[in-house]
Amino acid sequence: MSILVGEHTKLCVSGITGREGTFHALRNRAYGTQVVSGVTPGKGGQSVEGIPVFNTFHDAVQETGANTAMVFVPPTFAADSILEAEDAGIELIIAITEGIPAHDELRAYSVIKKNGRARLVGPNCPGILSPGKANVGIIPADFFKQGNVGLVSRSGTLTYQIGNELAQSGFGNSTIVGIGGDPVPGTDFIDAIGLFEDDPETELIVMCGEIGGDAEERAADFIAANVSKPVLAYIAGFTAPPGKTMGHAGAIVSGSKGTAVAKAEALEAKGVRVGRTPTEVAELAVSLLGAAA
Amino acid sequence: MDLLEYQGKQLFARHGIPISPGRAVRTVEEAVAAAEEIGYPCVVKAQVQIGGRGKAGGIKLAGDRDQAREHASAILGMDIRGLTVREVWIELASDIESEYYASIVFDRSAKAPLVMLSTKGGMDIEAVADEDPDAIAKLHVDPLLGFQSFHGRRLAFEAGVDDDVVRPVGAMLAKLYDAFVAEEATLVEVNPLIVTPDRLVRVLDAKVTLDANSLFRHPDNAALRDPSDEDEQEQMARERGLTYVKLDGDIGILGNGAGLVMSTLDVVALAGGRPANFLDAGGGSKAEAITSAVEVILSDPKVKAVLFNIFGGITRCDEVARGLIEAFEVLAPQVPFVVRLDGTNDLEGRRLLAEAKLPNVYTEATMDGAAKKVVELAAGS
Repeated sequence: MSILVGEHTKLCVSGITGREGTFHALRNRAYGTQVVSGVTPGKGGQSVEGIPVFNTFHDAVQETGANTAMVFVPPTFAADSILEAEDAGIELIIAITEGIPAHDELRAYSVIKKNGRARLVGPNCPGILSPGKANVGIIPADFFKQGNVGLVSRSGTLTYQIGNELAQSGFGNSTIVGIGGDPVPGTDFIDAIGLFEDDPETELIVMCGEIGGDAEERAADFIAANVSKPVLAYIAGFTAPPGKTMGHAGAIVSGSKGTAVAKAEALEAKGVRVGRTPTEVAELAVSLLGAAA
Repeated sequence: MDLLEYQGKQLFARHGIPISPGRAVRTVEEAVAAAEEIGYPCVVKAQVQIGGRGKAGGIKLAGDRDQAREHASAILGMDIRGLTVREVWIELASDIESEYYASIVFDRSAKAPLVMLSTKGGMDIEAVADEDPDAIAKLHVDPLLGFQSFHGRRLAFEAGVDDDVVRPVGAMLAKLYDAFVAEEATLVEVNPLIVTPDRLVRVLDAKVTLDANSLFRHPDNAALRDPSDEDEQEQMARERGLTYVKLDGDIGILGNGAGLVMSTLDVVALAGGRPANFLDAGGGSKAEAITSAVEVILSDPKVKAVLFNIFGGITRCDEVARGLIEAFEVLAPQVPFVVRLDGTNDLEGRRLLAEAKLPNVYTEATMDGAAKKVVELAAGS
């Protein structure tokens, strides 16, 4: 098993005719993901290396049975594309786009929540990889193999770093979920950790957080109450000064809120072990599951 | 993007919120002229993006021309918690009967705007929240519904504002909410929101944070950015499309991806070093972007050594190596570099670096090893 994406995934890529959209759609297909269609308004009827392009998500769903969307369009149009995918009945919407205006994001999130039909992952995320099954997004799949560690992270490259440290210690992954670095992520740590708890393939959950907000603190409470599997954490941004946005729109210490220290303490208070460096996370994983699990 | 008080007030005025007559000025002479025009008593208020201006002596009441001159001379150029006052706002003084607090924040936890109202205005609201949390009435607004009149009444009754101003306070909150949504703010705060002796509700201060990602839709707001507020390197980086935050140490840092760069700063600090900056060269960086980033890092004279920490996903390590080689040709850096390349095309990147035989460049296999090495080099130089 794995979570969110797998053999059942039928992907439709919004922005498939753009440079990045084409590149990653083809890369995802080469990995084995079923990329069934793409959407670019005005380019319906064309195809990208055999992938049919439609004017609307509604057409794409009707004609190709797409159940998952990857949104790759520029920030100005991204929220609209997310809402269109939701309206067309797509179940899982993965938004890669960085820089979506916060109020657009909030509106899209609120509609999705109210209708209760779809799950949004991202925006500003690297996507989701279930090694050996499907890759939706920009995660470099070559570094990861199938295994029993579920990884959920707010950051892309940090995920690769930690995933790679785990791989060098012999671990593979059930699924890697990038929830993104924006202030209003569609899917939170809690959602992803809950899915990993129910996934039989996952034996260890690693969460990779950073400064800003209180998603890690809320995850700590959730883990204590609902999770039987071991959970390890890493938090980035111990040295970040208050009031400065550290790259990700959501990575900011506001006054005394959202510090890495507070997050690490909240997690440790609930029995979640926190590695101080990516390497230490891998060492903790070995101590929990044994070497080369 | 944070606005100055007067910019926030001018933004409010566009949404039908009455503000006191005032003028923003940059010199003592202009301040005196503004005070004469506005009339006395007037308030001379330092315009800096930081709290505690009053306590620091940055807000003074002037009863006449001499006092206006005296206060403007004292406040212009004053240092308030590290920020130099370059502008003052001269405003007609208001008679105050009650001081309230009102704000709308983008609540990340609840994923909805949170509107807050308290009758304990005029003081540090975080202290009120700690000591007397019940004194703050709070309400989340469904962004799809928007702020309704009943929201305003509920908040006003719950906060315990005077009965005769329940409706005007509610109406003020509705206008602030309009401004919050229309201007795409992430914070709108008024402290204090006052009631005058003739029972008018007025904003006496304004703190507004705008969403930087939406500025393309608000050119007037985007134009409020004051480049002179920015650090030299931060300005240079922004012009080049790089994400850079100045820190106070001596080890320059470059990485790809915000999370990895934050993690790199932490690992360097754990190794005993002090990072000089956060620099995210971004995903898929090409050689020119890397060269440009090196130039930004080296323009900070405090930098004694530089660490490159790259885990290539869409970023290719060979492009990073080419960028670094190019930077050495153009800039001939005098400080040592430690480079760690992993991920996409890492072997090719390392081979290029080895062949280029750049002076004073050390390659390391791991992030921890690279951090230790750069700390050692910075300490030794």
